[in-house]
Amino acid sequence: MAELLGFPPQVLFGQLLIGLINGSFYALLSLGLAIIFGLLNIINFAHGAQYMLGAFVAWFGLKFFGVNYWVALILAPLVVAAIGIAIEKTLLRRLYKEDHLYGLLLTFGLALIIEGSFVHFFGVSGQPYSVPAALQGGNNLGFMFLPTYRAWIIVASLVVCFGTWYMIERTKLGAYLRAGTENPKLLQAFGINVPLLITLTYGYGVALAAFAGVLAAPIYSVSPVMGSNILIVVFAVVVIGGMGSIMGAVVTGLLMGLIEGLTKVFYPEASTTVIFLVMIVVLLVRPAGLFGKEA
Amino acid sequence: MKMLKKLMCSAVVSAMAASTAAHAGSISNDEVRIGYLADMSGTYSALAGPGGLEAAKMAIEDFGGKVNGKKITIVGADDQNKPDIGANKVRQWIDVENIDMVAGMVSSAVTIAVNKVVEAKDKISIVSGSASSSITNQYCTANSIHYVYDTYALAHGTGEAVVQEGGDSWFFLTADYAFGHAMEADVTEVVKQSGGKVVGGVRHPLATNDFSSFILQAQASGAKIVGLANAGADTTNSLKTAKEFGVVQAGQKIAGLLIFLTDVYSLGLETTQGLQLTTGFYWDRTPETRAWSKRYFERTGAMPSMVQAGIYSSVNHYLNAVKSAGTDETKAVMAEMKKTPINDFFAQNGQIREDGRMIHDMYLAEVKKPSESKGDWDLYKILRTIPADKAFRPLSESKCKLVAGR
Repeated sequence: MAELLGFPPQVLFGQLLIGLINGSFYALLSLGLAIIFGLLNIINFAHGAQYMLGAFVAWFGLKFFGVNYWVALILAPLVVAAIGIAIEKTLLRRLYKEDHLYGLLLTFGLALIIEGSFVHFFGVSGQPYSVPAALQGGNNLGFMFLPTYRAWIIVASLVVCFGTWYMIERTKLGAYLRAGTENPKLLQAFGINVPLLITLTYGYGVALAAFAGVLAAPIYSVSPVMGSNILIVVFAVVVIGGMGSIMGAVVTGLLMGLIEGLTKVFYPEASTTVIFLVMIVVLLVRPAGLFGKEA
Repeated sequence: MKMLKKLMCSAVVSAMAASTAAHAGSISNDEVRIGYLADMSGTYSALAGPGGLEAAKMAIEDFGGKVNGKKITIVGADDQNKPDIGANKVRQWIDVENIDMVAGMVSSAVTIAVNKVVEAKDKISIVSGSASSSITNQYCTANSIHYVYDTYALAHGTGEAVVQEGGDSWFFLTADYAFGHAMEADVTEVVKQSGGKVVGGVRHPLATNDFSSFILQAQASGAKIVGLANAGADTTNSLKTAKEFGVVQAGQKIAGLLIFLTDVYSLGLETTQGLQLTTGFYWDRTPETRAWSKRYFERTGAMPSMVQAGIYSSVNHYLNAVKSAGTDETKAVMAEMKKTPINDFFAQNGQIREDGRMIHDMYLAEVKKPSESKGDWDLYKILRTIPADKAFRPLSESKCKLVAGR
C-alpha cells in the first residue's frame, strides 16, 4: 500500500480528522476572544472559566432539573452570557479607557475566583456527562471509527463559526459592530446605542465560549480546570491568527488542530508544545499574525 | 568590637543549646512538624490532594495532637506536579520552618527531586502517592520510605493477570515522565517473561486534554491489549475516549495499570466495568477498613483512595516511632519505623525494608458491573490477595545502594 510520509494513509486521514475536531474547539473559543478583543479591546482571560461554566450549567441542568443536552446547548450559553453581561456592566465598563493590562488583570482575577470556587465545591476530578442518545454510536469510515458525536462537533462548530462571520461581515448589525470598532464616537453620533452594542458583543463572545463548553461536556470531563487547560492554547491561536481578526481566528483554530493532530503521529511528546513553536515562528516572521493587519 | 563579642557569645550559647537538645534526644523546636506535599488542584489532586491532607490531619488528631507532650503541627503545599517547585518548597520547609517529615508526594518526578533534598538535609520523607519503583531502587535513600504501592507491584498484579488470560500483545499509552517510563518498563518485563510481546506505544505529555489521536494509533496497532501507563485524569480521559471510539467492541482489551478508586467513581461503572486493577487498599474489605473509611467519608464526602488511606497509616506509624524513640531525630526515628511492623486498618504485618520499601499485601480487584453495585462507592470486588513477599521487587533484584552486597 502507498504510504504518505512513512505512514499508511488510513492513519494519517484519521489523525487529520481528529485534528479537525480539536481544531473546532480552538476555532469556537478563539472566535469569541477575537470578537471581544476587536470591539472591547479587552483581553478576556475569563474565557476559559466561561467555557467551563457552560459545561457546568449543562451538567447542573441535567442532574438537578432534567434539562437535556439539546436544550442545554441553547440555554447554557444564554445563562453564561447573562453572567458575562453582568460582569461587563458592573466591572469591565470602567476599564475601556485604561490600558489593556487592566482588563487582562480583571478578567484573569475573575477566572481564578470562579475556577477556585468550583474546585472548592466540586473537586478537580470531573463530573460525568453522557453523550445524548441521538448521537451515540459511530460509523466505520474504512480508515477509522468515527463516533457520531465527534462528527457533530465539527458540524455544529462550523455552522456557528461561519454564521458568526456572516453576521459580522455581511449584515447591518455587523456593519454597526465594525463601525463601532473603528470609531465609536462617530457611530454614536448617528444615533446608535454604542454601549448597548458593546454589552451585547461581550455577551455574544461569552456565549460562544459557553457553547463550546456544552459541546465539550460529553467528551471531556466536566471539571473546573477544563478551561485553564485549553485557554493558553487558544490564546496562542488568537496570536497566530492576528488579534481581533474574525476569519483569522476560525481558520487558525482549525489549522492548529490539524498541526497538533499531525504532531501526535510524528512526535507525540511535543504535541502540547507545537502550537507555541508555531506562535514563535509566526511572531518572528509576521508580528501582526497570519491574518492581522500590519499596524 | 563590643558588637562582635556579643554576637560570638550568642552564637556559642545557641550552639550549646542546640547540642544539648540533640543529646537529650528530645523533640527539636519543641514541636513535631510535618509537611504535606501534593498536587492540590491538578491532574493528580483527586487521588491524594486535599483529601490526603485531611487524612494526615485525622492521623494527628487521633494521636491526640501531641507526642511525648510536644505539639504536632502540619502544613500543606501544592507542588503543581513540578519537581523544581516541590524541591524548593521542601528546602524552604526544612531550612526555615523546621519541618521534620514530609508526607504525601504524588508525581514521581517531584518525589525523586524532593528525596534528594531530604537526604541532603537529613530529614525524613514518606512517599504515599508516587508509583515509580525506582524510588526504592536506583534512587533509594536512607531517609525515604515508599509506603503504599509501586509500579513493580502494579505490573506484576495487573500485568500478570492480563497476560494469563491471553493478552499477549501490548500497545502502551505512556505518560512521558519518570512514572510512565517506569510503569512501561516494569510491565514490559512481565509481558516478556510470560511469553508475550509489545508491539508499540505512544508517549504523551502529562495532563493531555485529548486522547483520541492516541487511541486511534492504539487501534491501528492491532495489539490485543491497550496498556494505560498513565494515571489520574490522564487515565480517566483515556478510558473515556477508548469507550467513545469503540476500542472494546472492536475486540481489543484495556489494561489500566494504575487506577484509583476516585477514577472509577468519576468515570462511572458503565465505562469501567470489568477492568482489573491492583490496589493496596479498598475501603469495603474488612470491618476495620470500613470503620476508618466511614470516618474519612464523613469529613471529606468521598471514600479514600489507597493513597489517602496510606497517608493516614504512614503519619500514624511515624508518630508512633517518634513516641517510642523519644525523639524526632532522623536516624533514631527511621530505625524505629523500620524495626516496628505496621498493623492497622491499612496493612497487616507491613514491614519497611532496608531500601525503604514498605511491603504489605496487595489486592487484585475487578470493577463491578452496574448491576452488582449496591451504592455510589460499591465499586470493586477483590479477586485475590497478592502476598507481600510476591507483590514487591525482591531485594535480590535490587539496585539500591543500601541493600547489603550492592
